[in-house]
Amino acid sequence: MRVRTLAAAVALAALSVAVSAQNLDWNDIVAKARGQTVNFNAWAGDEKSNAFIQWAAQEVGRRYGVTLVHVKLKDTAEAVTRVVAEKAAGRNAGGTVDLIWINGPNFLAMKQQALLFGPFTQALPSYARVDTTTIRSNVIDFTIPVDGMESPWRRAQIVFVYDGKRVTNPPKSVAELLEWAKKNPGRLTHPSVRNFLGATFLKQALWELAPDPAALQRPATDDNFAAITAPMWTWYDALRPYLWRQGRQLPENGPAQRQLLNDGEIDMLVSFNPAEAAVSVHAGLLPDSVRTVVFARGTIGNTSFVAIPYNAAHKEAAMVVADFLLEPATQAHAQDFRQMGNFTVLDFAKLSPDEKRRFDELPKSPALPTNAELGTTVLEPHPSWMTRIANEWEKRYTK
Amino acid sequence: MSMVRRPGVLRLAPALTVGILLLPIAAGLVGTLLPAFGYLPAIGGRTFNLDGWRRLADYPGFGTSVAITIGTGVLTSALAVILAFGCCASLHDRPWMRRLGAWVAPILSTPHSAIALGLAFLLAPSGWIARALSPWLTGWILPPDVATVGDPAGVALVLGLLLKEVPYLILMIVGALNQVQARAHLAIARALGYGPAEAWLKAILPQIYPQIRLPIYAVIAFSLSVVDVALILGPSNPPPLAVLAVRWFSDADIQFYFPAAAAAILLLLLVIGIIAAWRGFERCAMLVGRRWIARGGRGGIATTAATMATLLFGVTFALSVLAIAGMAVWSVADQWRFPDALPQAWSLANWMRRFDGLAGPAWVTVVVGALATGVALCLVLACLENESRGHRRPGAAALWILYVPLLVPQVAFLFGAQVLLVRMNLDGTLAAVVWAHLIFVLPYLFLSLADPWRAFDPRYAQTAASLGASRMRVFFAVKLPILLRPVLIAGAVAFAVSVGQYLATVFAGNGRVATLTTEAVTLAAGADRRVIGAYAVAQTLFPLIAYVGAVLLPALLFAHRRGLRGHQ
Repeated sequence: MRVRTLAAAVALAALSVAVSAQNLDWNDIVAKARGQTVNFNAWAGDEKSNAFIQWAAQEVGRRYGVTLVHVKLKDTAEAVTRVVAEKAAGRNAGGTVDLIWINGPNFLAMKQQALLFGPFTQALPSYARVDTTTIRSNVIDFTIPVDGMESPWRRAQIVFVYDGKRVTNPPKSVAELLEWAKKNPGRLTHPSVRNFLGATFLKQALWELAPDPAALQRPATDDNFAAITAPMWTWYDALRPYLWRQGRQLPENGPAQRQLLNDGEIDMLVSFNPAEAAVSVHAGLLPDSVRTVVFARGTIGNTSFVAIPYNAAHKEAAMVVADFLLEPATQAHAQDFRQMGNFTVLDFAKLSPDEKRRFDELPKSPALPTNAELGTTVLEPHPSWMTRIANEWEKRYTK
Repeated sequence: MSMVRRPGVLRLAPALTVGILLLPIAAGLVGTLLPAFGYLPAIGGRTFNLDGWRRLADYPGFGTSVAITIGTGVLTSALAVILAFGCCASLHDRPWMRRLGAWVAPILSTPHSAIALGLAFLLAPSGWIARALSPWLTGWILPPDVATVGDPAGVALVLGLLLKEVPYLILMIVGALNQVQARAHLAIARALGYGPAEAWLKAILPQIYPQIRLPIYAVIAFSLSVVDVALILGPSNPPPLAVLAVRWFSDADIQFYFPAAAAAILLLLLVIGIIAAWRGFERCAMLVGRRWIARGGRGGIATTAATMATLLFGVTFALSVLAIAGMAVWSVADQWRFPDALPQAWSLANWMRRFDGLAGPAWVTVVVGALATGVALCLVLACLENESRGHRRPGAAALWILYVPLLVPQVAFLFGAQVLLVRMNLDGTLAAVVWAHLIFVLPYLFLSLADPWRAFDPRYAQTAASLGASRMRVFFAVKLPILLRPVLIAGAVAFAVSVGQYLATVFAGNGRVATLTTEAVTLAAGADRRVIGAYAVAQTLFPLIAYVGAVLLPALLFAHRRGLRGHQ
């Protein structure tokens, strides 16, 4: 098998680079990074995130002399494909992808195929402040050990955003959601299941309804998939006729779904950003009557990372950017709902009082959930569940 | 450059042009055909097999996807042809008919995706039309739950394609009319008692059809294989075949390359099959039409039908204008919710804040467009000049070669071409994008420039030569100034084609070369409509500026030379 040999060779090459990265002094890395250009492949479907990356580009340019270019993706898989194509063409160095906004299945795919550079996170000075104990998703990405092959930068957790003018008693579980939809037909939708948010909507239902939720932490098998997902499909079959367009048409992604709420086509949406409502009201993307609700038993949450492909041309600058994203000032800026509104991956206990104050001084909003309301973060199931759910959904509902 | 070498260089121009066109297409087709049958060693496909085809056929929505592709493609083509014929039949005797080209040109130069984005907002249940009529007429406080965009049958997609394909065909017909003695034949037909539309359909259409056959085939191929418009207006579960292929080509699971390549090849076969079927239909229509003409009936329904077609074209034209207008309003809106007909609050902040974001892609758009147009212009002028220096005029085969890029579905060769670019270490470079654009820019430029160039009165050149001017001098001092207007207009057309390229930019640019069009389509998936509006307006503006410049420049340059201000 030539491919496997190739993969092994590439893995070896990546390993040798990794060793050198671990041994390198951070100052050397920063010195080498100066003047380099980082092609940051990042999903570009959200204006606020795009603006944040623009801001980050200015900052790293000013402070480190690194040119950060946002390569805008419709789907993170495009970047994975690109690295695969480069490997296929034998370009094992000088690759065009320097940094990828990644997690879950894409991370698993790249890690399995040895397409990643690392481990590198221990070399980043700011990594020491990352919460690795209570925010388990910072070290376990969709049940896959991160092993230092990707560096966290933002958190996500399922919440529901609703129009407070039209919804007075928002549902607090997927069962209540079904009841609400029956009373309000056509006023709820979810992103396409090919999209991570749409798939997560189903995973939330899966976790709440599965007879044995613990099984979700292990890969799905032909034997257990049908039994564990059966209650979820029953629930979805009951819900689907009451969805917007009877579920026959779905928004492609989260922002498209938000546009529907803003256009008055739906009353409630699922979001992966607890600050979605506050951020969107501030940006004029949602009416200021929107509020946020979190399901009572907890909701699925995960961490977004940045990873460096094995053949990246500018690994040093990519590491400098990864470190910059973890600096407390950067994280506080990201958490400000006027900017991006992403809850931090850092551990407040590891911050200095000055660093902590940056977070305390952030503006408040009635659309923002409190930490208590956010409740428990449920760990993501193994990626195989998502893949299988997406395939099964396609089989059931694509006609 | 010495006088001795120049003719030799010129003689190479046609071969070079054909090479630039066909090389990437041929290589790309091979690069798609092999993986379709399982061969792509780089990702483990070392034996030929039918797995890709099997996976394609096993896709749950496969049958529907093929049906949507054929249905929307054939319906769009047929409607576009009927509307264009009807429109020309009923408007041909209007004095402003000759100016119709000038009217539809701005619509034609607007990228498909910009119009599609605008149309999506126009038609949505919460869109502009519904907002304008609610609640005073419709009684809607909330938008109704009806699929008017992205509907499973693809009606919105057909409409979106018609907005651009009808003007395109009309322009082609107007061009073809210059090649026949339309006026004289119409006068005879009218004298024989045929109504105006009837006279056109019976006396003119049969004469010009051979000349618009290839443009019609291009419309068929485009409608079947369009990606950007389908992403914005088409159904998504399942999508048309071209969108499915692109979706799979960019799937994280590389094993999807195989069914993606199979889907792309199937699309190519569908295009070939439907063009062949159309060709068969032409023969039948010819037989029936001949009998219809020979019967000599007067005052039939032809005139009514043509008037209907014209009205429908009027509707599509109005929709195009409104679509862009809607985007323009969004670009200066702050808050605009259903059912308000106009924004509650206005703001220029979208433009100010987005300036940095817009400036980069806008710059790339202009540079790529200018380079592609410049290179194409040099090649086309060299080909035409070579032709007019006595080498033989290219025949029908050459015309087909020019049309190859417009007839082969883009997905069928762009992926294969991307692998070629990666191997040449050219992927993601500006040069690669310019080359990819050149494939589509060249045919349009050649087709727009060839007729005026060939119509150039050779006596001007002969007079100049007899006064002792070299061929070079004749070209630059006599021919170019006289033909400046058509050259600039052809350039503007070419530039517009470049601005509108989506798939070619994505594949050749490896996603790293962002133009206004790639940005707009990426954002279309749901970002802030105010931002989409700004991009759509910018997308419309640049080709328009080029077009207006092409019209005004000769008038400014030759203000003191009436004969050169150009009305040819």
